Amino acid sequence: MSTTALGRAATSGKLTAVVLFLPPALVLFTLFVILPVGEAAWYSGFNWNGFGRPTNWIGFTNYDYVFEARAFGLALRNNVLIIVISLGIQLPLALTLAILLAEKFRGAVALRMLFFLPYVLAEVATGLIFSFVYDGDYGLLAGVWRFFGAEPPHLLASTQTSMLAILIVVVWKYFGFHMMLFIAALQGQDQHLVEAARIDGASRWQVLRHITIPLLYPTIRLSVFFAVVGSLQLFDLVMPLTRGGPADSSQTMVSFLYSHGVTRMRIGYGSAIGVILFVICVTFAVTYKRWFMRDD
Amino acid sequence: MTDAAAASRPPFDRAALYRWLFLLFVAGFVAAPLIATLLGGFKSLGDLRTNPFGMPREWEWSNYADILLSKRYWRMLWNSFVISSLTTIITLIVAAMAAFVFAHLRFFGSRMLLNYFTMGLLFPAATAILPLFIKVRDLGLLDTYFGVVLPQVAFALAMSILLFRRFFRDLPHELLEAALVDGCSYPRFFRFVTLPLSTPILATVGTITFVHSWNSYLLPLVMLNSDAMYPWPLGIMVYQGEFTADWHLILAFITLTILPTFLLFVLAQKHIVAGLTVGAVKG
Repeated sequence: MSTTALGRAATSGKLTAVVLFLPPALVLFTLFVILPVGEAAWYSGFNWNGFGRPTNWIGFTNYDYVFEARAFGLALRNNVLIIVISLGIQLPLALTLAILLAEKFRGAVALRMLFFLPYVLAEVATGLIFSFVYDGDYGLLAGVWRFFGAEPPHLLASTQTSMLAILIVVVWKYFGFHMMLFIAALQGQDQHLVEAARIDGASRWQVLRHITIPLLYPTIRLSVFFAVVGSLQLFDLVMPLTRGGPADSSQTMVSFLYSHGVTRMRIGYGSAIGVILFVICVTFAVTYKRWFMRDD
Repeated sequence: MTDAAAASRPPFDRAALYRWLFLLFVAGFVAAPLIATLLGGFKSLGDLRTNPFGMPREWEWSNYADILLSKRYWRMLWNSFVISSLTTIITLIVAAMAAFVFAHLRFFGSRMLLNYFTMGLLFPAATAILPLFIKVRDLGLLDTYFGVVLPQVAFALAMSILLFRRFFRDLPHELLEAALVDGCSYPRFFRFVTLPLSTPILATVGTITFVHSWNSYLLPLVMLNSDAMYPWPLGIMVYQGEFTADWHLILAFITLTILPTFLLFVLAQKHIVAGLTVGAVKG
């Protein structure tokens, strides 16, 4: 019985398919995704500059250093700020625009494309464009301030305003992506419900409030998920704008990892930051999916 | 007379007016930095300082021409093109093969293996960037295209496999059964039936992978250390470091580096929007 099954598997190439098709993905994934995470946990126990083998075992000391670092607290605060702005400003903006632009009228498609364009541009290019916009001597903002006869501010150079400047760019760059998610969902909605409600005398606002938006809840949950995950990864945008400065005031988790771990080749310390970020990401993804996205 | 004219005119729609004002305001917010960047590249530095918003007083075509004639611009774009193309091709092949197995074959541990790959969705490459650097160094791949390409492929696999698997499973089952009865093997079926039917999903996964790789910054930043190897996001930062206050040149450089993305977006907007949003949703 088992030999015939094996024989059948051999002639149909089932075995060949498994043995031939799976290993490339398995090897690449294990080597460059799973192993490095395990190694980060291992390296984080050492004081190591990357040369030779790690020998100087210091236990959890690296984690103590991370938690004591002022920059870490700031990075954590900034990541939370990005999430708050994403949920409090970006998401309502994207939802409003989606509802306006899901209807068919002249110019709707062009506006959709314009609003989506920033999402396609590289973060680095976006960051550089806005470092021009914010430039106190040549920038657009300086132009506006000078028009009103005021002394132009240097937003990126002040610990008070650097993060505000970055938050504006975050909204500029990402609202179009969330808007497109909502538009795709709106266009998939069954119009019969809306028509029926309108015939029964519901106002536009009531339809929106009690039919359209509740039907969007799964998409809103997804949008929130992307906003949080995106915030935890934010790095490319920060580098051209502030590099996390001044005085670490605009550091994010990843830019903190880069400037305090990678550039100084403190493998153990940087790995400890990586492990903390890993734990935050995985905990969030797993609990969020379990609590909010069970039925999607 | 006036009454008749007022009556025949459509009623003044205040809501429509507010809607348009709001849309135009957002459009201005999005477009102003982009247009100012494009125009700024045509200005002289003095012109830019006194007139950041308006049209250039003198169109300085040389800002753009000098960059277009320089070797560094084309070298950067070439590096980006090679890295993104290699990443995309390898991801498509490797992910499609694995997804085919997960879609059609059941064997001991197949479910577990699929979950293993799904773990890749839970965290970004940044979490393990230092061990990744050590690994690439130990493999002798630092400062090579493959030092960037292979980790990028590995991190693209999880999402790509899930998207491919879903698509393969939705293909008509009768095809596979008929082919097996006729003595066609699984690998041949994959090559001659599945792949030709999969152009839409290949386009979607290809777009996502290419755009992410084209724009990526952190991995090349850590893995490459000579200017000659830099893709454009790194090259543009080096350029900005050299010409710190010459904003007119930097703006011209930015415009020219985002030009390929912009053209691609205009030409293939449907694919790109579908790839980046629908792809994200179904992943």
